Amino acid sequence: MIEIKNLKKSFDDKAVLKGVDVVFDEGKCNLIIGSSGSGKTVLMKCMVGLIKPSSGSVLYDGDDFVSMNDVEKKNIREKIGMLFQGGALFDSQTVEQNVMFPLDMFTSDKYSKKKERVKQVLERVQLKEDAYRKFPSEISGGMQKRVALARAIVLNPKYLFCDEPNSGLDPQTSMVIDKLIQEITQEYNITTIINTHDMNSVMEIGDHITYMHQGEKEWEGNNKEIILSENQKLNDFIFASEFLKDAKRMRTIQETGEIPKDMPAGVKDAIEEKLNVDLDGDGHIGNPSKNKPSSKE
Amino acid sequence: MKILRELGEFIKMAGGMFRKPENSKMYWKQFMLQCNDIGIGSLGIICIISVFIGAVSTLQTAYQLVSPIIPKTTIAQIVRDTVILEFAPTLSCIVLCGVVGSKIASELGNMRVSEQIDALEIMGINTKGYLVLPKILAGLVTIPLLIMLAMVLGIWGGRLAGTAAGIIDPSIFDTGLVMAFKAYNVYFALIKSFVFAFIITAVPAFYGYNVKGGALEIGHSSTRAVVVSCVLLLLADYILSALLL
Repeated sequence: MIEIKNLKKSFDDKAVLKGVDVVFDEGKCNLIIGSSGSGKTVLMKCMVGLIKPSSGSVLYDGDDFVSMNDVEKKNIREKIGMLFQGGALFDSQTVEQNVMFPLDMFTSDKYSKKKERVKQVLERVQLKEDAYRKFPSEISGGMQKRVALARAIVLNPKYLFCDEPNSGLDPQTSMVIDKLIQEITQEYNITTIINTHDMNSVMEIGDHITYMHQGEKEWEGNNKEIILSENQKLNDFIFASEFLKDAKRMRTIQETGEIPKDMPAGVKDAIEEKLNVDLDGDGHIGNPSKNKPSSKE
Repeated sequence: MKILRELGEFIKMAGGMFRKPENSKMYWKQFMLQCNDIGIGSLGIICIISVFIGAVSTLQTAYQLVSPIIPKTTIAQIVRDTVILEFAPTLSCIVLCGVVGSKIASELGNMRVSEQIDALEIMGINTKGYLVLPKILAGLVTIPLLIMLAMVLGIWGGRLAGTAAGIIDPSIFDTGLVMAFKAYNVYFALIKSFVFAFIITAVPAFYGYNVKGGALEIGHSSTRAVVVSCVLLLLADYILSALLL
């Protein structure tokens, strides 16, 4: 479990974090969401020690990381795995060497044992064996993310941090990465913290969601509660996503039987054509340019 | 003010390098890798420039020594001393500033920008010790060796050019080489090469390690690293010459 208490961070006179309090539970995918500049990346960097907070504390199972000395911090860091936005794979090393690096550095295992462990984690992230000897520049973005995830979990971390794991990936690959993170979190009972603004991820794996707005925690809950939230700032953020707008529109249709005014024409026409009904009463089913008369006429 | 701030940051970085390694075997591997990159990687260019510098200095010295009362062995003596005292250490190191310095700055800059250094930090690795220190140590080991090679090749290039142009007979050149030879000149050149090796590796490592931004900043830091290390190298050359000669 990781507990953040009254965490503040300012750069010169600009306050980026204004006293954040949040608890991230074990064995759950804890998501931090928010628009660009809301402070979620700074919060994550403060948690892993890449940025020193101005005040407040970050408690790893009760021990304050901020006030620890270098040796104590090192001990905590050995329990942390991190998946970076760009993967952060070492360019000069192959996929296999990248994943083996933490084992080389922190274990005294024999080469055969390390190789076996590398194979195990690379198989866990569904990476085929023919990619093992390739360099990061020779594999796709999705594969790079999987390698980075494999490297992050190779030492069986207690805490897993993922910074925008889906950025630059297509929706299908994003879903695969999300599922992998969720499965690994549950399998190893890891405290996983994911920094994202991908609403698909939020709805798919958001066991615990923290919404950040202008350096403050604005809302927290889970993926079942988020869509029903009354918080206006959160609604403005999440309903900017077409996917969630559609979910909301479907709910309006279900509840009122009326087509919402903001329904995109293309979607509305497609529904009309599918159901063969003139839902908006414009005298046409589907696209009016096709001049198809409605069934009412 | 900026110079003082950078100096302070440099001292802070240098202080952070000396901590107990997480795994000595990995640090040794990194050191050997850097020795290969800096030493073997620069071997070709050092060989080429040394031979040509020696050759040109023989031709130009012969061109200036037109008096019949000056013995031809003097050409060899002048070539020997200028190559050992100045051309081999200083000129080679200025070239190495470009070759090695820009490589170190851009490599570390790219690692910083692509979050590879952050990834190492989060793993609990002392990045200054693991990434910067092996580069400096590798420079301190390989660059003096390269300079010694440059001295030999420079003098050999001079002998070759003198013979090929019919300016000086090889046996006369060899006689001149051992006349009034001061071993101290070689020691002086080696002292210079250690100081230069530190500048060539530490200054670009500092600029590369502290890059903030993107690709453009990597380019800027690489250029700045080469310019600053060249200026510092010439300054150190003057100070060492004033103090030790």
